[in-house]
Amino acid sequence: MTKIILSAAAGAVALGLGAQVASAQTLESVQENGYVQCGVSTGLAGFSNTDDAGDWTGLDVDYCRALAAAIFDDPEAVRFTPLSAVERFTALQSGEIDVLSRNTTWTMSRDTDLGLNFVGVTFYDGQGFMVPKELEVTSALQLSGASVCVQSGTTTELNLTDYFNANNMDYNPVVFEGLEEVNAAYNAGRCDVYTTDSSGLASIRLQLDNPDDHMILPELISKEPLGPSVRQGDEQWFDIAKWVYYALVSAEELGVNSENVEEMTESENPDIRRLVGSEGTFGEDIGLENDWALKAIKHVGNYGEIFERNVGPETPLQIERGLNALYTDGGVQYAMPVR
Amino acid sequence: MAVTTLDSDASQPARASLLYDPVIRGIVFQVLLALLILYLVVSGIANAAANLANAGIASGFGFLGERAGFDIGQTLIPYTSDSSYQRAFFVGLLNTIFVAAIGIACATVLGFIVGIARLSKNFLVRKVASVYVETLRNIPLLLQLLFWYKAVLSTLPAPRGSLELFNASVLLNNRGLIIPQWLPEAGAGIVYASIAIGIGAAIVIARWAKRRQMATGQAFPTIRMALGLVIGLPLVVLFLMGTPFTPQYPELKGFNFVGGSTLRPEFMALLLGLSLYTAAFIAEIVRAGILAVSKGQTEAAYSLGIRPNTTMRLVIIPQALRVIIPPLTSQYLNLTKNSSLAIAVGYPDLVSVFSGTVANQTGQAVEVISITMLVYLSLSLLTSAFMNWFNSRVALVER
Repeated sequence: MTKIILSAAAGAVALGLGAQVASAQTLESVQENGYVQCGVSTGLAGFSNTDDAGDWTGLDVDYCRALAAAIFDDPEAVRFTPLSAVERFTALQSGEIDVLSRNTTWTMSRDTDLGLNFVGVTFYDGQGFMVPKELEVTSALQLSGASVCVQSGTTTELNLTDYFNANNMDYNPVVFEGLEEVNAAYNAGRCDVYTTDSSGLASIRLQLDNPDDHMILPELISKEPLGPSVRQGDEQWFDIAKWVYYALVSAEELGVNSENVEEMTESENPDIRRLVGSEGTFGEDIGLENDWALKAIKHVGNYGEIFERNVGPETPLQIERGLNALYTDGGVQYAMPVR
Repeated sequence: MAVTTLDSDASQPARASLLYDPVIRGIVFQVLLALLILYLVVSGIANAAANLANAGIASGFGFLGERAGFDIGQTLIPYTSDSSYQRAFFVGLLNTIFVAAIGIACATVLGFIVGIARLSKNFLVRKVASVYVETLRNIPLLLQLLFWYKAVLSTLPAPRGSLELFNASVLLNNRGLIIPQWLPEAGAGIVYASIAIGIGAAIVIARWAKRRQMATGQAFPTIRMALGLVIGLPLVVLFLMGTPFTPQYPELKGFNFVGGSTLRPEFMALLLGLSLYTAAFIAEIVRAGILAVSKGQTEAAYSLGIRPNTTMRLVIIPQALRVIIPPLTSQYLNLTKNSSLAIAVGYPDLVSVFSGTVANQTGQAVEVISITMLVYLSLSLLTSAFMNWFNSRVALVER
């Protein structure tokens, strides 16, 4: 009896004092596991979706593959965890995933209150509206009184409220937790309007029964800078995540792509030499090998390739580069220099 | 326990040792255990707080006063996006209580009907009731909810092609069931008052009738009288006042119907699913309760010349209720907790609004989930306290 109580007390002391979770050293645990744990959406074509063979594809997925390739020289060294909008931050906070790459809007409160650090903006987006063509609506300002389908726990839900209030319009929110449920409800005619990021609308429209019967209204009612995020408190991992993104954008700017990256190690251009690891110890400084960016670009391609492959004009989504073009081409994608 | 000495002679040692006194030992261990549990709870909370602070995650309950910023589809109390998270919490809570209360009422009525039907002498009635019970209680509730929502209610026509019932005053479409709203005019207060008076009078008469029957044995048609007071009196007043209510019929304007009250399909799906599923269990409980009353009771009542209906009402049901109430309480608790499946069909209940949207917008999952769990615990304890009180009322009184 006494023994049992003593051991229980010892256990309690151990629990109470010893359970402070160390938040640093994500890289070490990733290398130990042999894979990056990446949180993605439950299925948004072009961003994170499984293809016919069951493999994850998309812009958000490719970011995680680039990260894995930079660490392991293997774009397959990723475990994807599909997450709903409501689950995503908790999964990152609790350490279930190492990086969240799930078309997530960078906002101040998320950056400060949630213990996250946003890595960069992989896709500049804005919130839009999709309606059935038969409603003969041409502007979002004609939507007063409409039932609006929206996913809960998103910035979309808040922007929607602000937009309708600001324009003195009524609406009837129909809110679901899962993306599939929102899609199904809109498809079944439960609501007149579907609202989310315009890239998301382009993707969702393709999944409807009759995509041609639906149109996306011209208004964009918000800024939605979408990007990956990591846990706060591990500067090294934050740096790796950030510079993998910059490397992908720099590569496009410097004309380095998945096909020529091996040859580029011989390049004369010092910017390229630093990027692909022929010069300097940039990789070692963030805890990787010096050819970290080369590996990422070799396996996944530069930012432009990733964009064109997943969401660009040649894909069913047909999204123009627009804001997501390099700053040299009139967009706002601008990478900090590797030097 | 018999260690204490009967003889308190000072020359003899009263106790061998404090350590071996079972009473003292018991108290010591109880106190130790209590301290240990307290320590675990306190250190657990401190640890969680420290870890949240380390991870740079906001904590505390201050967020409850902040502006919510999102809208909710069904609100029983005034709520706008400018209201606080606390208000959003109450909207969710009331929606949960609303669907649970109506669900409990529907499930009870339907459950009693089906339960009695399973004992019917009529072959068809008996078999239909059996099929109902066996089908509904063996299909997971979540599937039933999705069935009602996606397979039944979603396939209704769009607003422009609404099904029109009762001369187009009631409309059914994939946005819900739209019924006319009766807007009160001057004098409506008197009608409301007459309802209250009717109910009050019915209670007084029922008490008086029971006392008289106990004293003199004379029966009084209490039920008919009560029905007359509760329904008849307000109706008479309503017509005397010249119906001080104007109907507001739904009209198609823009996207949807304006005016009238709308029962949203999310609510209807949840209510249908919860009531039909729980009614199947209640039916079995009712059947078991009635079968638990021995046939001798019926025969004894008949031999005293009591009629079958009266026998059922005064002999069988009071005894059956004793068996029925405790498991019925469990079903009520189940229904309340199952209402959290609302999230699957988009009904804005507590889980969907508070531990869904609010948790995500504030990022304070620990606080939000704790509050939600406490609320379900309190709701369940309240329900079960009420049912225990009711149970003690109908329990066997030994004389």
